[in-house]
Amino acid sequence: MSSVTAQYNGHKEQQTFKSQAPRWRRILHNATVIIAMLALLAVPFWLLVVTAGKTQAEALKLDMSLPDKWMLLENFATVIKDGKMVAALFGSIAVTVPAVLIAILFGSMASWILARRTTKPMAFLYALGISGLILPPAVVTVMMLLKMIGLSGTALGMICVYVGIYLSTVIFFVTGFIRTIPPSLEESMRVDGAKPARIFFTLILPLLSPTIATATILLILYIWNDVFYALFILSGKMSTLPLNLYNVASAGLYLNNWHLIFAYIILMSLPLLIIFAAAQRKIISGITGGAVK
Amino acid sequence: MLVVFFIVPTVMNFVFAFTDWSAFKNTIDFNGIDNFVTLFQDGTLLRDIRTTLIYAVCIAIFQNTFGLLLAVLLEEDTRLNRFARVMFFIPVIMSALAVGYIWQAVLKTDGALDQMLSALVGHHVTTGLLGNTTWAIVVISAIQGWKWMGLAMLIFLAGLKTIDADVIEAARIDGANAHQLFWTIKFPLLAPAFTFNVATSLLGSLNGFDMVQAMTKGGPGGSTEILNIFVWRTFGQGLYSQSTTMSMILFILVALIALPVIYFLRRRERNIF
Repeated sequence: MSSVTAQYNGHKEQQTFKSQAPRWRRILHNATVIIAMLALLAVPFWLLVVTAGKTQAEALKLDMSLPDKWMLLENFATVIKDGKMVAALFGSIAVTVPAVLIAILFGSMASWILARRTTKPMAFLYALGISGLILPPAVVTVMMLLKMIGLSGTALGMICVYVGIYLSTVIFFVTGFIRTIPPSLEESMRVDGAKPARIFFTLILPLLSPTIATATILLILYIWNDVFYALFILSGKMSTLPLNLYNVASAGLYLNNWHLIFAYIILMSLPLLIIFAAAQRKIISGITGGAVK
Repeated sequence: MLVVFFIVPTVMNFVFAFTDWSAFKNTIDFNGIDNFVTLFQDGTLLRDIRTTLIYAVCIAIFQNTFGLLLAVLLEEDTRLNRFARVMFFIPVIMSALAVGYIWQAVLKTDGALDQMLSALVGHHVTTGLLGNTTWAIVVISAIQGWKWMGLAMLIFLAGLKTIDADVIEAARIDGANAHQLFWTIKFPLLAPAFTFNVATSLLGSLNGFDMVQAMTKGGPGGSTEILNIFVWRTFGQGLYSQSTTMSMILFILVALIALPVIYFLRRRERNIF
């Protein structure tokens, strides 16, 4: 009884009817949630962890049983050494971090201008800008262009391509949001003699933080996990974590080495998982707050 | 940057699609529409377009159905529900390639699923889902939907949170049951979230690659070869002009589908609000 009262006081608006819902319904609901998690998530993740802990002979069977002897750390050590994971990790960081920062910064600057000047040419530029959101880039010719200017296979070339591809995503998210901010604030700053750059960094950018958070999360997910563009642009000269996984898994050396592939998958997922675990509340509320306006 | 790395290559793409550019020749000559004729005549063009469309539509259906069901299930802010939301978001942050390999291990012949089913019914069972020329593409799209359902769920949850509690209360006082409440009030009011989810999943998967590459590489017998798999395969063989031709076809395909889909979804939103 007391728990019901506490809830009633806690969320008066939402909980008025729910506190009247019979107890068995709540139990049924919780059971459904647990069953859904088990049915949808347990099998693949269990298989991932147990297989990564097995020896090659055991892992070949691909069953759900526990390994006879846990080899998880040994397998980790093997993939880090033979799979060149450290270089790939640095490759991933060297590409993802600058690409996301540049795309967000330039994207929000461009959006500010696009949102505030509503002339015909600006509307056209905006349409052109967000067309990149849905239209796939021409990957083969991008690669050839980079070869001509000597950036093929370099981190710089890859960063430029990602910025080019995802700038439109940022513009799409941010422009819609800026239009909801009243322009009177910036006008009063301008009257006080502030330069546009100052207005942007001290007023606009902080106001944009919810949408920028959402856009940053999506961009990190896309760029960190991308293989398709990396396959073309980096073409074996540099490595990122997913690209390395692709090479490792397709190489003859690793054929039928499920334990090593799975150990690799666990290790490569760790950086984002750790960030996500540390900031999950912010990330989830960021996405729910910023995506739909 | 957008101009240099997006628009210029796209324009160049339209030019090179009409040449015989390849790794085996030093010169690049125009050959008119030969690339299109070749691709059309050997059936690859239509087959790959069809496969890509099936793939994208199935993903849009799976991802949003799963996402909406989860959002409805996990709508209340209880501790268990919050935990479940976090768990369902883990596949979203994993690499599609990694997810593809894991599910390949589950679904392949004599993989984990076959063994569990065999143990359950007591004799040897093979589902062979990934070796089936009809169903493999649907299975892969279900997995892709599984990977992204956590994001769709969050966006639907965000949509549900924006619905005014008074509207729900009023409907309840008028005697609406849970079923009516959902279909006549909540679902229509989810329109903006629905637009975002359907548009991103449908258009994003036209441009898909990783999941298919990880699970079947376009096989069996080319039955799961979506356009980007073809682009990568012919690029690897040095047939650059065929690769660019297909890339251009993908571009046109997305443009043709995107405009009406977005127009339709936006009009639906306007009719509701």
